[in-house]
Amino acid sequence: MITRQAPSATTAGGAAAPAVLLAEVSRQFGEVRALDRVSFAVEDGEFFAMLGPSGSGKTTCLRLIAGFETPDQGTIQIHGRPMAAVPPYDRNVNTVFQDYALFPHMSVLDNVAYGLMVKGVGRAERHRRAGAMLELVALAGLEARRPAALSGGQRQRVALARALVNEPEVLLLDEPLGALDLKLRQQMQTELKALQRKVGITFIYVTHDQEEALGMSDRLAVFNAGRIQQIGTPRVVYEQPATAFVASFVGAANILSAEQAEALTGQRQSCALRPERIRLNGAAPAELQAEGTVLDVQYHGASTRLRVALDAGPELLVDCPSEREPAAPGARVSLGWPRSALQPLSPETPG
Amino acid sequence: MRSEGRAPFGLKLATLLGLLYLHVPMAFILLYAFTTDDKSYQFPPPGLTLRWFGVAWARQDIWDALWLSVRVGLIATLIAMVLGTLAAAALYRARFFGREVITLLIILPIALPGIVTGIALRAALNLADLPFSFWTIVCGHATFCVVVVYNNALARFRRTSGSLIEASMDLGADGFQTFRHVVLPNLATALLAGGMLAFALSFDEVIVTTFTAGQQTTLPIWMLSELVRPRQRPVTNVVAVFVIAVTLVPILLAYYLTRGTEHVAGGGR
Repeated sequence: MITRQAPSATTAGGAAAPAVLLAEVSRQFGEVRALDRVSFAVEDGEFFAMLGPSGSGKTTCLRLIAGFETPDQGTIQIHGRPMAAVPPYDRNVNTVFQDYALFPHMSVLDNVAYGLMVKGVGRAERHRRAGAMLELVALAGLEARRPAALSGGQRQRVALARALVNEPEVLLLDEPLGALDLKLRQQMQTELKALQRKVGITFIYVTHDQEEALGMSDRLAVFNAGRIQQIGTPRVVYEQPATAFVASFVGAANILSAEQAEALTGQRQSCALRPERIRLNGAAPAELQAEGTVLDVQYHGASTRLRVALDAGPELLVDCPSEREPAAPGARVSLGWPRSALQPLSPETPG
Repeated sequence: MRSEGRAPFGLKLATLLGLLYLHVPMAFILLYAFTTDDKSYQFPPPGLTLRWFGVAWARQDIWDALWLSVRVGLIATLIAMVLGTLAAAALYRARFFGREVITLLIILPIALPGIVTGIALRAALNLADLPFSFWTIVCGHATFCVVVVYNNALARFRRTSGSLIEASMDLGADGFQTFRHVVLPNLATALLAGGMLAFALSFDEVIVTTFTAGQQTTLPIWMLSELVRPRQRPVTNVVAVFVIAVTLVPILLAYYLTRGTEHVAGGGR
């Protein structure tokens, strides 16, 4: 019932319009430029993450798509339809709020059936559909409870069911797992991803957790200071970060300035080097090598992270598998890495 | 939060004395409603009787005063509930120039001495050449009743998560549907509590009423006039007991209705 066909909305050219299209969208709050000429397109059925630190504009972007804010400049289209004058309740888009925003005076079933009720769906029909949706999110049996009598994880599922029961064209999720503890968050990540595949609805997912964004999304946009730094698949964003911000926000990275890179590699080009790409006292000869002294050792379970001061100047983080007894602080080590591990960076905010 | 230590004996005694001071006079009101002596209050009462309840029941002037007070209270409360809710909603949601001033102006009537409100209203009514009537009393009472409802509604708005309204809009409800299905149910107990307090305030109001009533006599005004002529004194006490009962019930109800709503409604964590 909730599996949707490809949308019929098409552009003049005949190709399917993207589910969501933002073109040169800006939004100002007083002195603060929350979004600065942001453009991107989300394909139908895609799991699209918006990743960034707090205040980077990702939530503003979500609220613009939902219709709670209006852009100062630029246009937003949903399935090819301009959204300029369309209020939130006329957009076929639903939101899972960060604080869930469940109606405290209604039962779980009535919360889920709310969207159907205000659209005039009959009582029996809306309760049947809400019940089916609660079953989908594994909450059958809790229909009569009030939200206050649910755990955090259960509330999260109710919020999800309440949004999905309306069969939106796009589901917006605003840090939906932020309030859950780590174990539950990891479990819900898997479930959300499975759910998205099952219902085939476009998900736009806001998070500040890079692990969440990498693990769940088909593509992600990295936000900083109101601008998009990079858009790409998780693999591309992680392995070919476009800017120093992306390299250090998504995973750990050693950022080498142009001067530092020249001393190590001979090429005057600032670049990023992932700690796990560096080999310690490598058996096989590496393309690039450097000597240094271990400053600090941190045991992380599966891997151990060393901080090494190179003789050539910069400090590098090095991740090595924990199975080997690692070097102690003060030890001399030689580091090696392939040339391909160096990812050249462009200056901040390309374009 | 709560200190573990026990309060010292002196503090307990002082608290007890303070509570007695507040409430023993009421016990005397109750006691002298049953006295057989109808001229003066002597202690102990020479005898106890129920006959004043019968006398009070038979007096038409008491019934007229009571009925007027009830009507004034109900209509002033109704006006206060509509205006107070609207004002609270507007001042909670909107940010505009002069917002603080308007907030102050709404709250001011309850802070102003009733005598000032009364004189001001009387002068204004005279200037406008409006005759004193039932409606002038209602308007006088509504000035402070609005504040009570406004305060209750505003406190509830503040405790209601703002994203509830957005969630409702997001799920397809327009402004009216959101008000009916989300805002009003969340406000309901606060409005009921505010309304009951407003009614209780109106029901025992003397000063503003004195200035805005013409020939009408509300129940408190009737009691005041009875004090100056000590005929059938215990009848006044019977009415006083009745007034205590009538005002206590809504206040207790209001207390129970708003109890346990200290958590932030809709804050889902």
